[in-house]
Amino acid sequence: MASREMTYAEAIREGLREEMKRDERIILMGEDIKINVWTVTRGLFEEFGDRVINMPLSESGFSGAAVGAALTGMRPVVEIMYSDFTMYAADSIANQAAKYRYMCGGGEFRVPVVYRIGGSGSSGGAGCHHGQSLEATFIHFPGLKVIFASTPYDAKGLIKTAIRDDNPVLFYEHKLLYGVKGMVPEEEYLLPIGKAEVKREGKDVTIATYAWTLHKVLKAAEELAKDGIEAEVIDLRSLRPLDKECILNSVKKTSKLVTAEEGTKMGGVGAEIAAVVAEEGLQYLDAPVKRIAGAEMIIPSSSYADQMVIPQIADIVKTVKELF
Amino acid sequence: MATIDKETLLKIYRNMVRLRFFDDKVNEMVASGVRITQHSTHGQEATTIAACAALKPTDYVMPYHRGWGWAIGKGMDPKILLSELLGKTTGCCGGKGGVHIADCSLRIMGRPGVQAAHIPIGAGVGLSIKFRKTNEVVLVFFGDGASNEGNVHEGMNLASVWKAPVVFICENNLYALFTPNIETTSVRDIADRAQGYGMPGVIVDGNDAIGVYEAAREAIQRARSGQGPTFIESKTYRIHGHTAMDRFHLGVYRAKEEVEEWEKKDPLRRLRQRLIEMKVASEAELNKIDEQARLEMEEAEKFAKDSPYPTREEIFQDVYVD
Repeated sequence: MASREMTYAEAIREGLREEMKRDERIILMGEDIKINVWTVTRGLFEEFGDRVINMPLSESGFSGAAVGAALTGMRPVVEIMYSDFTMYAADSIANQAAKYRYMCGGGEFRVPVVYRIGGSGSSGGAGCHHGQSLEATFIHFPGLKVIFASTPYDAKGLIKTAIRDDNPVLFYEHKLLYGVKGMVPEEEYLLPIGKAEVKREGKDVTIATYAWTLHKVLKAAEELAKDGIEAEVIDLRSLRPLDKECILNSVKKTSKLVTAEEGTKMGGVGAEIAAVVAEEGLQYLDAPVKRIAGAEMIIPSSSYADQMVIPQIADIVKTVKELF
Repeated sequence: MATIDKETLLKIYRNMVRLRFFDDKVNEMVASGVRITQHSTHGQEATTIAACAALKPTDYVMPYHRGWGWAIGKGMDPKILLSELLGKTTGCCGGKGGVHIADCSLRIMGRPGVQAAHIPIGAGVGLSIKFRKTNEVVLVFFGDGASNEGNVHEGMNLASVWKAPVVFICENNLYALFTPNIETTSVRDIADRAQGYGMPGVIVDGNDAIGVYEAAREAIQRARSGQGPTFIESKTYRIHGHTAMDRFHLGVYRAKEEVEEWEKKDPLRRLRQRLIEMKVASEAELNKIDEQARLEMEEAEKFAKDSPYPTREEIFQDVYVD
């Protein structure tokens, strides 16, 4: 199958374009969606015209409007420019989109909205209002699906599936991933929501991670290999539903579990994974679970200081080595 | 009012009576110990019923928390409505929605429990209508309390920018829970705020069903013809407390005399007198409507009480579309 190299941003765009061509009910809504700060939707207004709609600075409003449009036959893809801004949209997403179908008794009530959460993660001094990783907040809500791709291939396959899903899906994007390049097939493909992937096989320790931190973990794994530790790296891809089977199978093999994420530790994704393994796979472990996560800190708005509060490659190497 | 046909006037009267008796029935059940979250519409029947009478069956409503007038006005059978309030499987949401009354076939698009959450949702329904070119309209009801939510600002701005076929109807009954809106709301006429969204702001006497109908009909026509949203403020009053559990509404946060003054303006009695004066119906004919409505609610109670609860399996269904 022929493939081309493209960036993560281009891969999402290609996924959006293919789906918009296939289904005219799909509309794009977001602040500055026509020109787009993340470049993801750039050019789609020229191609699809009125189906690409600039939104006012009104995250709660347009996230809710998407629910109304979805209930009545449209399939909106909403961009929320920064993860931090989901706090404004939280009621529309977590109280309305997530619950609407159930509280209306199911049937014809369905909310096929994709919320693309742009520019998560800390970099360049984005700080505490433009640099948080808040995906763990939304895994707490039944009714939602939460996904976070780490490669162009996964991003394209998952955005297409998210758009075809009849449930509200949060599709997280990380600001440092947009420029990451990878091979993407020319032929159409879809990836299932809820399936993790082993991005590196190993026998000594399982590291469950996702998003930009995955790339750090892969580099840490190469360093660990020099010291004879072969890490198995799981890219979760989907945070809700969580692919428990993939995690448990890996821990069964390695007997050690480390989780790594950029969000804060308490109540984080790693906490959930550790709990799942404690409940369903404690007998496989021969060492305590280690969680690598963002510090219990406000992210400083400083390009010098912000890296101190999120996990670095050296932190991952050091933490894993503590298990041996 | 010469332009309102007899059939419509009688429909409005019949539905207002049905709503009054439904409300009474729920109050009676609550008083006897049945657990229902009830925000009484006694004294506010004219707004939702008359506005819904100006809609086509294919038009949408975004309901709000106070009462069930939008449900009865949009054609929901009180049996189904009451069953839902009791959590029975015969309810419109299978007994899982409770107060979150919804029915896709009647285009009642779900009643959120979070105040004003549905204002942007309604704007989105309007956007969808424009995309689908179906020439429908959506009525969005809310109260004066919710008018201070940021979502009202955001939703009305969106509807206006999109010139969406939305009619916003704010029932101003002067109180949000136990708080008079003079303490919380910057304007006495909430319709003044419409100007800020570039849409007409219309004030109607919310206890005059005919006036409400005429204002709603004009706004709906305006929306349907592509001229965008209208904001209607319906000035009215709730005779009972915020909920059936409100023990403070007589003499604590409002004077008993104030309630008595508003009781004199009862919208149902007022419409009844008008219909007799206009010779739309005789007293005997209206009495017959009243009696039918009373019986209907007795039957609804029996039906709802006799209906089964959903099974555990049914309760756990419908979180996701499979």
